[in-house]
Amino acid sequence: MRRFIFRRLGYAVISLFLLSVTIFLLVRVTGDPTVLLVEPGASRADIEALRTELGLDRSLAVQYLGFVRDVLRGDFGRSFYYRTPVLELYLSRLPNSLILALTAMAFSLILGIPTGILAAVRVGGWWDSAGKVFSLLGLSMPSFWTGLLMILFFSVYLGWLPSSGAGSILHVLMPAFALGWYFAAAHMRLTRSSMLEVLGSEYVKLARLKGLPEALVIGKHAFKNALIPVLTLAGINLVLMINVAVVVETVFAWPGVGRLLYEGIAFRDFPVVQASVVLGGSMNVVVNVVVDILYAVIDPRIRYER
Amino acid sequence: MSDRPLLELDKLSTHYVTGRGTRTVKAVDEVSLTLRAGETLGIVGESGSGKTTLALSILRLLPTAAHIVSGSMHFEGEDLLAKSPGEMRRMRGKRIAMILQDPMASLNPLFTVGDQVAEPVRVHENVSRRSARERAGSLLRSVKIPAVTQRLKEYPHQMSGGMRQRIVGAIAISCEPGLLIADEPTTSLDVTIQAQYLKLLREIQRERGLALIFITHNLGIVAHMCDSVAVMYAGRVVESGPVRRIFNAPAHPYTRALVESIPRLGEGPERLTAIDGHPPDLISLPAGCAFHPRCPQVIDRCRIEAPDVVEVEPDHRARCWVMAPGPRSRS
Amino acid sequence: MSVNAPAPSRAGGLTVAWRMAAFRTEGVPMVPIAILVVLAFLAVFAEFVAPHNPEVGTLSLRFRPPAWITGGTTEYLLGTDHIGRDVLSRLIFGARVSMLVGFLAVLFAGFVGTVLGILAGYMGGWVDQVIMRVTDAWLALPALMFAIFLAAIVGPSEFNIVIILGLVYWTRYARVVRGEVLSLKERDFVRLAIVAGCSKWTIMRRHILPNVLNTAIVLATLMLGVVIVTEAALSFLGVGVPPPKPAWGLMLADGKKGLMAGYWWLTVFPGVCIVLMVLAANLLGDWLRVKLDPQLRQL
Repeated sequence: MRRFIFRRLGYAVISLFLLSVTIFLLVRVTGDPTVLLVEPGASRADIEALRTELGLDRSLAVQYLGFVRDVLRGDFGRSFYYRTPVLELYLSRLPNSLILALTAMAFSLILGIPTGILAAVRVGGWWDSAGKVFSLLGLSMPSFWTGLLMILFFSVYLGWLPSSGAGSILHVLMPAFALGWYFAAAHMRLTRSSMLEVLGSEYVKLARLKGLPEALVIGKHAFKNALIPVLTLAGINLVLMINVAVVVETVFAWPGVGRLLYEGIAFRDFPVVQASVVLGGSMNVVVNVVVDILYAVIDPRIRYER
Repeated sequence: MSDRPLLELDKLSTHYVTGRGTRTVKAVDEVSLTLRAGETLGIVGESGSGKTTLALSILRLLPTAAHIVSGSMHFEGEDLLAKSPGEMRRMRGKRIAMILQDPMASLNPLFTVGDQVAEPVRVHENVSRRSARERAGSLLRSVKIPAVTQRLKEYPHQMSGGMRQRIVGAIAISCEPGLLIADEPTTSLDVTIQAQYLKLLREIQRERGLALIFITHNLGIVAHMCDSVAVMYAGRVVESGPVRRIFNAPAHPYTRALVESIPRLGEGPERLTAIDGHPPDLISLPAGCAFHPRCPQVIDRCRIEAPDVVEVEPDHRARCWVMAPGPRSRS
Repeated sequence: MSVNAPAPSRAGGLTVAWRMAAFRTEGVPMVPIAILVVLAFLAVFAEFVAPHNPEVGTLSLRFRPPAWITGGTTEYLLGTDHIGRDVLSRLIFGARVSMLVGFLAVLFAGFVGTVLGILAGYMGGWVDQVIMRVTDAWLALPALMFAIFLAAIVGPSEFNIVIILGLVYWTRYARVVRGEVLSLKERDFVRLAIVAGCSKWTIMRRHILPNVLNTAIVLATLMLGVVIVTEAALSFLGVGVPPPKPAWGLMLADGKKGLMAGYWWLTVFPGVCIVLMVLAANLLGDWLRVKLDPQLRQL
């Protein structure tokens, strides 16, 4: 088990390294990064100062090391717009994104898993067909459009829910639904196919041969096995949610890191954009490692792998 | 031991309906069998001959495309077809048990061995967790698994194939069933382990007076283990009777071919015979006797009419118009 | 007469409609193909089909509702936007943008991804390691975020979007194709070619590539939907196709301006178009996947 954890951590480190190199190089791909990294309207002198600070006259490797050192120190520069250190800004917004993502994830699992199970257990039936329609729609509707439609319906026509901002449960309902809708469809689909596979397995057959009541066969034997891939996907999706919530947060003016990224591009606030990408990508890597480890906890087969 | 047979199948037929109702496959076609308590019946046939479908029919655990369309089944005098799903479920594992071919796939990888062995007992006999665990322990001991307390806590993937098959065996006998159906239990085991396992099965059977249906394609095992044998071809029982008789004087040409194809030490390579032709396609069976395209003794009648059951001798039945005469010739 | 559990219930009308609209393994999925053909037609012949100029509007006619609602006219069938431009015409020209960007991006990503996937899978060794590590790292970045990042650096334009989307999505192809190649390598016809003395490049070109194409095509169709949604999201955020070009995502952004006032047609119609196109791509991709290679379930 310990070796397993070390190996996963090793991969994570390599991924983080490559991630940082990629971002670093991409920023410099246009030739002159000061174009991006300097405030709009800065004077010649400011640009020169930034040049020296970034060490643009030095070799790429040295610049990269400086970049990494800054990142590890938590120094992502200052936001042009807010005039505060970017990391501070990001961290202040992160909890909001987490709340949104967790709510959306909960919704997607509560909706997705039971419908998936029902669709599998009653294959070919009404529930299965309805489920297929639902999953297709969910996977085809862009989340921000779902959000816009919801605003139209619940804010403009019905006036029940607020259309922007955060602050109460009412505020989080629509964004969470809009964000979670797509993932609910994805989870439903995976639950269904995973469940179908498990229901056709030999150990489920044996469970029936043992004379176990159907509820036990499905609830105990089929369920846990079917759920493994779904939970893995859910774990990966959680961070994905945070990162792609950009559009939903923008639609609802939800003050999370997604909105921050939007502000970054709207206000040409590049340090914010860069930091969002670095931090977002890193979070993804970290969460993937955590999910892998959790997976090993649930599934004893992985634990004893070499 | 009463005179009444333990299991009686009378002209049982199970059909698969495929292609949205357009095609019917007669997986089991008018099969009649009798089994007494404590006896071992071997069911032999190629893959696709209907052996497994027959077993699942007895347990009424067929996939949704398959239905029992005619015939009757009686177990300990009770009509199995008349039972409700709930009653049938209570019989499974408790009065009739079954072992599947692949022990690795039969065990749920996420639960401990102890949990899975104790399950039938917990469900059928409503005992406490602790006594179920103790029962599981003694069951594992009776199938000769060492270090029982450790094993109970382990997971299936940590054990060898032979051990897993014993565990599956332990699960099967846990509620003291009267009938055990074993579907090719040794096919996925190493040859060296097979003999041990068969020996174990025989012991368990003798200790508990268990009736055993042994499904296999291996005639050698049948000769070893079984009291009587039923040979299946294309969903029908083409010959059935006591093991000795079938081996010494097979009546049906297919049985003859099977018996003769067992290689024997000491005889030269020219003795190796295979059966001509290829296995039947159940979707498009030939008219008349299903075996006639491959039969060395085929006559015209075989091509037109499927043979009825003929009693060669008491207890020895076969479906053939020709009926090979006398004992097997030796060169 | 069955003694088993009853057969699963039929859903009656829903099942029939489903089968007609979607697909079964034998039938060709008419509806998705029809949708895509219509969209392609609109894309090519936009100039002839659209009633108005999509980029120029009449300010006095802004925010007109669709024709069937009071206040609307048949001249502007689906209403007008905040600058008085005809929604229907913009939708039609938007089809061109979506189809072009979608297909080009998918082709680009597919080409790069397939080539690199084949190289990685077949050559193995350090080539494989390098390509795989880069793929992993790039996959760690969520597509949308990565796309936004790149757009922020190079600036938005139709051309850039295609490149950006290609750069973001090639990794999906590389991963899958590499897996295919790894198993193909063990197949006899490849081994025979090696024994016959063919060079690596010949083998990759003549033996591996054709066999991988099936997978690539299925993946491409499935990716089309994803790419279109990403493009719409980028345009919505303002870093995709720049105005005044009529991209559907851009129309949604404009539509938001009128949302609180209840000008629903500016939001509903572009969205419906996006959904239709993505739906068609998804259904077609699913069907292709079943048809071309049932082993591709992991996609």
